[in-house]
Amino acid sequence: MIRATVNPNPMTPRFVAVKRCVRETDDVITLEIPSGGANGQAAGFQPGQFNMLYAFGVGEIPISISSDPAVTEHIAHTIRAVGPVSEALARLEHRDQVGVRGPFGSSWPVDEAAGCDVLVIAGGIGLAPLRSAMYDLIRKRERYGRMALVYGARSPDHLLYRTELDGWRRTPDLQVRVAVDYAGPEWAGDVGVVTKQLPKVRVDPHATVAMVCGPEIMIRQTAAALRDMGVPDERIFISLERNMQCAIGSCGHCQFGPHFLCKDGPVFRFDRISAILGLREI
Amino acid sequence: MKEISELLHEHPFTKGLNEEVITFIAGCAKNVVFQAQDYVFREGANADYFYLIRHGTIALEMFAPGRGTFTCLTLKSGEVVGLTWLIPPYRWSYDARAVELTRAIAFNAECLRQKSESDHHVGYELMKRFVPPLKERLQAAWLQCADIYGDGESAQT
Repeated sequence: MIRATVNPNPMTPRFVAVKRCVRETDDVITLEIPSGGANGQAAGFQPGQFNMLYAFGVGEIPISISSDPAVTEHIAHTIRAVGPVSEALARLEHRDQVGVRGPFGSSWPVDEAAGCDVLVIAGGIGLAPLRSAMYDLIRKRERYGRMALVYGARSPDHLLYRTELDGWRRTPDLQVRVAVDYAGPEWAGDVGVVTKQLPKVRVDPHATVAMVCGPEIMIRQTAAALRDMGVPDERIFISLERNMQCAIGSCGHCQFGPHFLCKDGPVFRFDRISAILGLREI
Repeated sequence: MKEISELLHEHPFTKGLNEEVITFIAGCAKNVVFQAQDYVFREGANADYFYLIRHGTIALEMFAPGRGTFTCLTLKSGEVVGLTWLIPPYRWSYDARAVELTRAIAFNAECLRQKSESDHHVGYELMKRFVPPLKERLQAAWLQCADIYGDGESAQT
């Protein structure tokens, strides 16, 4: 995993104007902001990293970067309006100001997965940090064996990135399996939990790198299912979420056993965190 | 045309079953085809059959006034449709509808219940094959009830 490149002054936000706001679902939007990369340079983040977004007068929260790391002009954050700060961010419109610190944290092992089959498993808004990885993986497709995306959502109305999903379905050598928890009769796709999709994916479990992001219950169930398939723990990578405040490992709010999620995570190798993942007391 | 025992051999459900048991239970089975949108069974009806899907997709559905019909689970090739035939009062608690052209093996539940009673080895072998999907579907139902992708999903505030 690649560690964060810490800004010279990581506690000071830069103020940027929203370039574009894309409504993904009823309560999820994607905000595009200037990348901060100058003179055509890439945006300067690794897939899986996050920024701290500051809604002025309301607060600051960590939001995964969901855009293509190769795009130079802007970076995107996909936000679900679930609380005061995310609701304020979700109300932002074109040209509104937002504060940004970052990027922070560890990243998906996109380069380290070379030579292996790759299995990307996302649940709900967990597809946001994995979308960055998908862009990168597809761009570097020849480096990998078989590749698959398994995506679970609440219902067809809650599916994110429909344009990309359609594009990925048409991408040669990419298996895409989407399942929802419930659906109306008009839905012709699968209904059921994401783990039910795993046996249907064609990969060599012993030579597979799995990247998993979603609600923590889903992560635990998926990691167990991957183990049962024969994917080694050291090839399973998960992204966790906790109350992050400083984002540089100083304040301790996101401490998770011996780890700080903001600095050592959010992406962890499963074998390094599995022993404490189910503990309620930390 | 393939014999029913040959079709049974090809289905994952019978993996590990010896020839004798397959021949024994094949007497309760028949080959069936459902066109897209056909109902396999309806909620409240007697669970007289269960099905092994050979090809196709079957949606398990419920209906709620004001909400309409919604799908709780889809089942595909290699899976079992209907666990209710094992448990009194043997009545379906949901609808099953073919989403696409679906070919399946249908087992007469009464026939199989009688054979299981008369030969407990057969009954035990069947139980070993019905308990895993029961557990899997119960666990899936918990996750769906928990609405894990719902409002509590994110630590974002």
